[in-house]
Amino acid sequence: MKIGTPKEIFEGEARVAMTPDSALQLQKLGYDCVIETGAGAKAGFADADYEAAGVEIVKTGAALFKAADIVTKVRPPSEAEAKRLTKGQTLICFFWPAQNEDLMELCKSKGATVLAMDMVPRISRAQKMDALSSMANIAGYRAVIEAGNNFGRFFTGQITAAGKVPPAKVLVVGAGVAGLAAIGTSTSLGAVTYAFDVRPEVAEQVESMGAEFVYLEFEEEQQDGASTGGYAAPSSPEFREAQLAKFRELAPDMDIVITTALIPNREAPELWTPDMVEAMKPGSVIVDLAAEKGGNCKLTKMDEKIVTDNGVTIIGYTDFPSRMATQSSTLYATNIRHMMSDLTPEKDGKVHHNMEDDVIRGATVTHEGEITFPPPPPKVQAIAAQKKEKPKELTPEELRAQEAAAFKAQTRQQVILLAVGAALVLGVGLIPGMPASFMQHFIVFVLSVFVGFQVIWNVSHSLHTPLMAVTNAISSIIILGALIQIGSSSFLVILLAALAVFMAGINIFGGFMVTRRMLAMFQKS
Amino acid sequence: MENAFTIAAYVVAAVLFILSLGGLSGQESAKRAVWYGIVGMALAVAATLVGPGSGLWLASLILIGMGGAIGVQLAQRVQMTQMPELVAAMHSLVGLAAVFVGFNADLTINMVEAAKAAGEAVNGSFAELVAKKTAVEINILKVELSLGIWIGAVTFTGSVIAYGKLAGKVNTAATKLPGGHLLNAAAAAGSVLLLIMYLSGAGSWTLVLMTLLALFIGYHLIMGIGGADMPVVVSMLNSYSGWAAAAIGFSLGNDLLIVVGALVGSSGAILSYIMCKAMNRAFVSVILGGFGGPAGEQMAVEGEQIAIDAEGVANALDEADSVIIVPGYGMAVAQAQGSVSELTKRLRAKGKEVRFAIHPVAGRLPGHMNVLLAEAKVPYDIVLEMDEINDDFPETDVVIVIGSNDIVNPAAQDDPNSPIAGMPVLEVWKAKQVFVSKRGQGTGYSGIENPLFFKENTRMFYGDAKKSLDDLLTRIS
Repeated sequence: MKIGTPKEIFEGEARVAMTPDSALQLQKLGYDCVIETGAGAKAGFADADYEAAGVEIVKTGAALFKAADIVTKVRPPSEAEAKRLTKGQTLICFFWPAQNEDLMELCKSKGATVLAMDMVPRISRAQKMDALSSMANIAGYRAVIEAGNNFGRFFTGQITAAGKVPPAKVLVVGAGVAGLAAIGTSTSLGAVTYAFDVRPEVAEQVESMGAEFVYLEFEEEQQDGASTGGYAAPSSPEFREAQLAKFRELAPDMDIVITTALIPNREAPELWTPDMVEAMKPGSVIVDLAAEKGGNCKLTKMDEKIVTDNGVTIIGYTDFPSRMATQSSTLYATNIRHMMSDLTPEKDGKVHHNMEDDVIRGATVTHEGEITFPPPPPKVQAIAAQKKEKPKELTPEELRAQEAAAFKAQTRQQVILLAVGAALVLGVGLIPGMPASFMQHFIVFVLSVFVGFQVIWNVSHSLHTPLMAVTNAISSIIILGALIQIGSSSFLVILLAALAVFMAGINIFGGFMVTRRMLAMFQKS
Repeated sequence: MENAFTIAAYVVAAVLFILSLGGLSGQESAKRAVWYGIVGMALAVAATLVGPGSGLWLASLILIGMGGAIGVQLAQRVQMTQMPELVAAMHSLVGLAAVFVGFNADLTINMVEAAKAAGEAVNGSFAELVAKKTAVEINILKVELSLGIWIGAVTFTGSVIAYGKLAGKVNTAATKLPGGHLLNAAAAAGSVLLLIMYLSGAGSWTLVLMTLLALFIGYHLIMGIGGADMPVVVSMLNSYSGWAAAAIGFSLGNDLLIVVGALVGSSGAILSYIMCKAMNRAFVSVILGGFGGPAGEQMAVEGEQIAIDAEGVANALDEADSVIIVPGYGMAVAQAQGSVSELTKRLRAKGKEVRFAIHPVAGRLPGHMNVLLAEAKVPYDIVLEMDEINDDFPETDVVIVIGSNDIVNPAAQDDPNSPIAGMPVLEVWKAKQVFVSKRGQGTGYSGIENPLFFKENTRMFYGDAKKSLDDLLTRIS
């Protein structure tokens, strides 16, 4: 089958869904690749690079849609593009099905299968195709860079001959993938970085990146991210108030604020209110990564950079990944390639659309003329649920008490065992008319059992098979009985005894020989 | 038996036997200890031949020689994977020998009584011994020999069935005749009744009938026990063969038989106990066969089994520093121990830490895996027991599970309703990555779904264990 990538027609979009590298990998899966001329130009990939990687070049988007069985894109298709889809064709791109219902209807009516890269479930196995995360990573990085571009000072503190420069203070709100990337970039540039998130379990991750986690003094059952697939959920009004109060306290000190707080399928929550903006120093920068969903700051204008009256720059760009098109295309193309390898388990260049597979099922929004969105919840949880309680540590006293109790129990068990054993032996002796000759043998028997138990407990586990073989050999001691009887005057007795001698002979030799063979094999390294 | 030299030789032999068992506490001392056993046995047989067993001694020697030749052949030809079958087959011989010797004792009693009635003298050392006994002693003798025959007969058919199951000649599933354990109980009760009749002089036919009942019990008992419980069954039969020898020793008044029988009997009993403990099951419930029904709704297993190819495993092994291999019965079935050993050698040559984790009930015989690995020249000091290695899994990079299932099942710890709840298991899932070499997607012997296969750090390496490993070896130089 053929995989094709058209030029992105969305204005300002520089990314491309196939790179020469990913094309090589796709060909290994058995696919042929085709691309619209100039599709990779803005991302730094020339047509010649594609040709060198064995990709066929077609002149127009329309021709590409006709040639390819599978179309991979970055942005959702325009109406014109969607109309070009044919029955049985597969489209893989960011689709945002919840917001694009009309488009979904259109694709369905065309009979095409659509896999939305934004719907890949967040489970470990699907991380390699989680394009949202790879794009968010870039956005987080770029947000810091854009902020620095608009910020008039160093990030890092310096003491120079020309005077002392304080370090910039950066606050990152929302420690998701983008937030963590921003934290990492900001700390490595030398800024003093603070971070906040409604999920307290990410504090560890934040601190591991070198930032300081902003804790709230708030008494409430904290959220467990595990129940929402690792995403944040809306918080209670009281919690929100506490959170805003904390931000208000921080606002005058912060030089750069990067907000990344998004809740799935909702408008972005307002976290940075106009009065906080007013409280900030002139020259400060706010980068609102939630601009597309209305912004975490209500003053944000989508896709624009504005400067407020008190000199605070608010950046509302939504195309951060596209601003780093080479990097983001490489990552996105790799995500697509992983998706294709999951769709092609046989590596035979044929799509096997397995709707039982959690990841494929989750990403599919239309399939075989039906809308399959929203998908059922995945069978695997995204992240492990938080541990509810730790086992209690025992105090030395308790430990001692435990040991004493164990010792007591052991003693009691031993005494009972001995008493029962002694009673049994005595009971045998008390049977009326029990001849002394029997009791003599009985002593031997009991002592042997005792010795046997003592000896066998010390046998190492790894030698249990040789133990069985050797006990087998020596239990053929029954040969003695047969030998004693064989000298009888009765033919039947002689015959039976002879058979017994014969069988025991097999056992003795076989048992010892095989034991020796086994033991010889045990070698030290 | 009056021969003082013979008794002295028996004492020496008994001490040698004890030492030979005690020596098995370590691999090196075991090599010496087996010689103690051989010398002890030779001494015991020689002393008997010159003493009380001097009648027909030449024939005896020829018979021993013939049996010995067969035994040597068997011992040299047997594959290490067939060890369980060989052990079971040998148990059956001991059991049958005990039955024969017991019947001989009964025949001799009859002979002696007939001779006494006719006023004639008796021949043979055992007959002379019997002739001296009082009426009470004769009765005790009868109890002893019946016990010896009974246990011997159960051991015989039980071992034959166990052999058949282990060799794949009898269906390994647990099967019972209608009536189940009631049949066994009835047969046991019948045996007691016949024993009483025998004691009150009803004649030898009662003994024959009792033997038939015992043979049936042995057959039916072992038929009702499934394949994975075989380690318990084999060690239990081992124990029985010892008790049979001890009972015969009582009836013959031979202390060496008693000593050795008791040693073997207690050894088998301890092995059975260890095996049961390792499966967290009561001995009785193993013997009564089959797994009990689940106590309630079992936890549903979430997720899916993800396959991986040899390339992926090779890459992971290449990056790993510490590797633990968990072998199971599947390795023995696929005869993959040689490939495992080769893999171990190559990984160790690359400076990686490779160890083996052995669960007590892995395989079909106690210590089965150790013997297989030893045969394949895996050094024994990297083969560790469950208790020694279980704490090390969290620091391990890669665990390879080869052909084992229930012994690595996390449900034993997580799911109180699982049939194997509480059974000690190897905590392989705590390692960073687990590869499971397995033939297909089916469940293990116990039919329990294994959540390990669905864990996110588990990858399934499907295919015949030997073929998969050989494939893997081509990618690791």
